[in-house]
Amino acid sequence: MSGYPEYMQASLKLVEKTRPDRVGKALRAMNAEEKQQILRDWHPDYKMDQKRKLMIGSSTGELMPHEVADTLEAHPIIKPGDIDLSNVAYDVDVLVIGAGGAGLSASLTAIEHGVSPDKVLMVQKLRLGDANSKMSQGGIQAADAPDDNPTIHYLDVIGGGHYANKPDLVEAMVKEGPGVIKWHEELGVTYDKLEDGTMQLAPGGGTSRKRMHSCKDYTGLEITRVLVDEFINKEISYVELTSAVDLVMDDRGQVAGAVLWDMDHDDYKVARAKSTILATGGFGRLHIQGFETTNHYGATNDGVVMAYHVGAKLRDLDSTQFHPTGAAYPEQIVGQLCTEKLRARGAQPLNKEGELFVYPLETRDVEASALIRECYGREKGIVTPTGMRGVWLDTPLIDVINGEGTIEREFAAMYRTFNKFGIDIRKEPMLVYPTLHYQNGGVEINVQCETSVPGLYAAGEVCGGVHGKNRLMGNSQLDLYVFGRRAGRFAAERAKTATLGNLTLDHLDVYEKMLSDAGVETDRKAPMLLPEYRGKRTLEHQLKML
Amino acid sequence: MGKNESEMVTIHVMGKKHEVPADLTIMKAMEYAGHQFRRGAGCRGGYCGACAAMYRVKGSYKLQGALACQKIVEDGMYIAQIPFSPAEKITYDLSELRPDANTFLEYYPEISRCLSCNTCTKACPQDIQVMDYVQASLRGDVEEAAKLSFDCISCGLCAVRCPAEIVPYNVGQLARRLNSRYVMGPTEHVLKRVEEVEAGEFDADIDELKASDKKTLQDRYENREVKL
Repeated sequence: MSGYPEYMQASLKLVEKTRPDRVGKALRAMNAEEKQQILRDWHPDYKMDQKRKLMIGSSTGELMPHEVADTLEAHPIIKPGDIDLSNVAYDVDVLVIGAGGAGLSASLTAIEHGVSPDKVLMVQKLRLGDANSKMSQGGIQAADAPDDNPTIHYLDVIGGGHYANKPDLVEAMVKEGPGVIKWHEELGVTYDKLEDGTMQLAPGGGTSRKRMHSCKDYTGLEITRVLVDEFINKEISYVELTSAVDLVMDDRGQVAGAVLWDMDHDDYKVARAKSTILATGGFGRLHIQGFETTNHYGATNDGVVMAYHVGAKLRDLDSTQFHPTGAAYPEQIVGQLCTEKLRARGAQPLNKEGELFVYPLETRDVEASALIRECYGREKGIVTPTGMRGVWLDTPLIDVINGEGTIEREFAAMYRTFNKFGIDIRKEPMLVYPTLHYQNGGVEINVQCETSVPGLYAAGEVCGGVHGKNRLMGNSQLDLYVFGRRAGRFAAERAKTATLGNLTLDHLDVYEKMLSDAGVETDRKAPMLLPEYRGKRTLEHQLKML
Repeated sequence: MGKNESEMVTIHVMGKKHEVPADLTIMKAMEYAGHQFRRGAGCRGGYCGACAAMYRVKGSYKLQGALACQKIVEDGMYIAQIPFSPAEKITYDLSELRPDANTFLEYYPEISRCLSCNTCTKACPQDIQVMDYVQASLRGDVEEAAKLSFDCISCGLCAVRCPAEIVPYNVGQLARRLNSRYVMGPTEHVLKRVEEVEAGEFDADIDELKASDKKTLQDRYENREVKL
């Protein structure tokens, strides 16, 4: 029985009909000019009316999506007078904000570098390990195969990022990739391996080698839960359901901790710290240009906002990653990730005629643009009952090419999810459309993970510079552990010698003054902390770009 | 599938009655009814286990478990979220453990109380053979326990339902770490590459790329060898 409505059956028949002829076939990859052209014409990043230049602060004039600028041109939630800074609830060496892959790695590494577990505090607005890190499906890149090396990885990253990446950060990431995999295996992460004991590696969009290490299609889940388990083993202190709402500074211009909101008790608490690490993740829940998102509930750009309130420099926030294949049907899972590994293992994107229209492993920005063009330029998409458009992703080919049972074995999560809603992806294709996936830019860091403000470190998606203007699949996972570990190490080293002055929130008054001087009149407040879906907003799907 | 958008059903969230569109998940239905999640929501995609819920449907005695983000509402549903599972995760040093039955019995001795009733398996929203992996742990079959428990998202529904008061997801986590560390072991080509990196073998090449101008990088990128 088909999981799709009657009116889509004719198109599904065409997919089935063309399938035998498509085995082993692919359109050629685009050349540099064709890529530039399709990005300019169809990528959401290139719609200039969907962005504006920031009016205030250390990155004034930087172009970014309206939704991001809205969170920066907004009032802080708290005012200095609201908080009693003499009442310090937590006094620690290293404060880690965020409990995903970067925060967990940072905490574990801080104690390796001599900080006592009770002098590290991790705060997290949801639960330990609840983050986008856990949702990563397809894999993590690391150049450890015999036919690969970090130099080749470097070139893939920098070309894929349109040469806008910060070279030092790319170097650190590609060189330390194999070391991250080694660390994970010591901790007991289960990577997919071949019978001879070598890694089972897959390609990704824009990679020139098979470099993707995976844990079925639960890669992020597997790594995150092992790190959480180890974090608890090490008895590092942490508080869940407690969100940082702003950073605290001292009278010497250093970041010195954060004001925390205890979400169970609606109460503010002060954490003082010699080093503070932002590991708050990205901004998917801002729904840039109305796009649905693959992101976790907590991905509301809090870290960038807090960093900006203390004057940290930002970069590359004009560039947003739309994952080519988010679910377009059924309605209940619209926007959720359909991993790139599906295409890596043979699934082809097809239009409503069942025709190939793009090389399946272009970089994500190019691939997403081709899907948007097929739906809105060439009018060859399939329209869903709620009016969304999508194209087919022909998953049954995976079993045709790799043998029956491959989908269930390697795509347990995908198979399970669609099955719950009546679609058997072994037999029928998925219906997909690009979905908001990742913020390519963020807070600027150097290779020590220092931001431009003393005492403030950052790691993971909250940062900019590693991926330039476009991130490759599997490099966000790698980024988390490479820079999470670096942040933990350098924050720990700093905490050994740093001393703090008197705590202050005066920077929030300065920020308010910048807002009024720039003529920003708004009742917006930020950080957002929790997205707003109450009432009819539950049902909204409104693409603003089209 | 393809239900009429205007079709509504009645649900009871922690006793409160709401009319909600019939095709929403429990999570979206609660939001539609006006709830803003703090606890009980996470990835919203079936990966994190934050949104475990239990429910009964009017007219049925059956107590059922589900992930609120994955389960579509039914008319007459009584729903309670279980956002936290009360359980202690034992702390240990992985490097000092042995991959055998004694390890499981030392840390989680209650697994020997397993009644083989299979309630855990029936409660699992991931359709995992929970009882089978608890039994595999009990007989020291680390590899089997790791394999069977792999898709676990630690939502806790097995643990709240187990009459023997076992916390299966903690047992599965231990099994997987033991299996990776001791049964599968490290990967030779990974260790070799780490040594090469530490010996500085790639430094000169990467330094050259870092010093290249954009034009040179572009040429090298566009003409690089692709071996997939």
